[in-house]
Amino acid sequence: MPKNVSVDELKAKAKELRINIIKTANYAGSGHVGGSLSCADMLTALYFKYLNVDKDNPDMFERDRFILSKGHCALAYVPCLAMAGFVPMSSLETFNHYESAYGMHPDSRKIRGCDASTGSLGHGLPMGVGMALGLRYQGVNDAKVVVLMGDGEQNEGSVWEAAMAGAHYKLKNLIAIVDRNKLMIDGPTESVMGIDPIDKKYEAFGWYAINCEGNDMESVDKALAEAWAYDGDKPVAIISHTEKGYGVKRFQGKVPWHYGSMNSDLYKEAIADIEAL
Amino acid sequence: MAEGTTWTTYDANKMTSKEIYGKVLAELGETNDKIVGVTADLAKSTNIGNFGDRFPERLFNVGIAEQDLFGVAAGLAKTGLIPFASTFAIFACLRGGEQIRTDIAYQNLPVKVIATHGGLSFGPAGSTHHCIEDFAIMRAIPNMTVVIPADGFETAKAVRACVDIDGPFYMRVGRGFEPPMHDDENFDFEVGKAMLLKDGSDITIMACGIPTLQAREAAKDLEAEGISARVLNMHTLKPIDKEAVMKAVVETRRILTVEEHNVVGGLGDAVAAVIAESGKGCAFTKLGIPDEYGVIGYPEDLYARYKLDATGIAETVKELLGKEIEADEDWEDED
Repeated sequence: MPKNVSVDELKAKAKELRINIIKTANYAGSGHVGGSLSCADMLTALYFKYLNVDKDNPDMFERDRFILSKGHCALAYVPCLAMAGFVPMSSLETFNHYESAYGMHPDSRKIRGCDASTGSLGHGLPMGVGMALGLRYQGVNDAKVVVLMGDGEQNEGSVWEAAMAGAHYKLKNLIAIVDRNKLMIDGPTESVMGIDPIDKKYEAFGWYAINCEGNDMESVDKALAEAWAYDGDKPVAIISHTEKGYGVKRFQGKVPWHYGSMNSDLYKEAIADIEAL
Repeated sequence: MAEGTTWTTYDANKMTSKEIYGKVLAELGETNDKIVGVTADLAKSTNIGNFGDRFPERLFNVGIAEQDLFGVAAGLAKTGLIPFASTFAIFACLRGGEQIRTDIAYQNLPVKVIATHGGLSFGPAGSTHHCIEDFAIMRAIPNMTVVIPADGFETAKAVRACVDIDGPFYMRVGRGFEPPMHDDENFDFEVGKAMLLKDGSDITIMACGIPTLQAREAAKDLEAEGISARVLNMHTLKPIDKEAVMKAVVETRRILTVEEHNVVGGLGDAVAAVIAESGKGCAFTKLGIPDEYGVIGYPEDLYARYKLDATGIAETVKELLGKEIEADEDWEDED
């Protein structure tokens, strides 16, 4: 059951996460700031309200599972896990450093509370299907398996192999979220390789699709509430319409800020932008 | 007979290795409810369907989708299960290769990849369905254990043994019926330990998989001609039994490797690396597919073409015995 947390509290947490993303990018020297900032509201709502996970018992069998299929956004995920108490906040200072547990992509064998190693796109949804099947076979029917994907990632054929399987096996506890920030490395998704209408594609594959404004916490909260309450026999896809780099004006909607380097001036500017949100 | 096994000499004489795999897996499922199966529209062809017939709720068919196959297997393993994932060898190692490497092996998950139709065993299907690259690919993946059983008896033992390996496992079997190499199930099979099939002093033939029986037959023929060939069944490619290789180097100083695989990257290269790293001299030849795509034909004709039959192996042994090796009478004293 989702926790009783208000939209205002979640908004404050999302702001804190954005600041931690920028701080971590600064420790790391660089990072995938664009896609990390775009999905920050969704991650916040998941970890501080919706996911049934326990920082004191991260391996709890009946827990909800979360897979960051857009693994390059470990820059948002690891600070989120730190804020949720799974790893120490101070450990973020090692991000990208020699022999750190944290690099550009998350390693489930090294990060407490991380359910899957990811980084190669198109791998998360198949693993999510496997987890959902495995939990159901073992009698765990209430746990959700949530997979957060990128929008460019939708180009990968393996996403659709898994989309077919999720509907075929009626995995109603599987929730796929597409962070629809509209940009990929080489440019806008619709000019590199179009994915629209992405919600209709999931519907055609037998999923129940929900659209939300992914940088508006009220809308995010509403979408997740609907997904959690859904009682049909389909898996659920949330298309979370976001802006890449959301929260920092210089990054917002800018292709080059898919991945960028930090310096002290930029850091100050970014923090000031986020604090003014 | 080992506890719980019901496969018999009769089975091994009448069933293909993949049929025995399906049967043994179904038996294992009776006592271990963590075992589940995954396949990609090849339940029947790979015989994992036998497991599904017994436990329909425990076999997941993902359709013709090999990337999904191994991703789903990884997800199942993440919930504490022991998934057996089966498809043809070529689709496992190449179509789903990244999922095996990144989702399964990188996360060190206990997924058992049982690949059928390996090597040239699907002869008439041609190169799209031959698989002469899997040993090289699977050997190069950290955490992976790689086993190539020689017959149905070994397949059964390997399937049972792999359940206890706490990590990813790759096993390749053929497609059709190959005569069993063992007479019965009364032999020791240990993953990582080469099996001495025949002792000898002039040369060591190291083989894995289907050609292993042919290597033993070749050694028998050579014996009649006064050539003493040792035969080692190198069923485990990784970890390779370095001790057995070094014993062969020191005691026979001539080694022939035999495998149904490209000569690049397989058993021969694994053995060659052990020899080279030792600094000991040794006459050495690799038999396999000489870095080319196989032709169409029945497997037995293809094995003959690539000298993977007893005649070809014996011929190659004689050539190797004629090779000069640098005499260094003192090297046995070296450390």
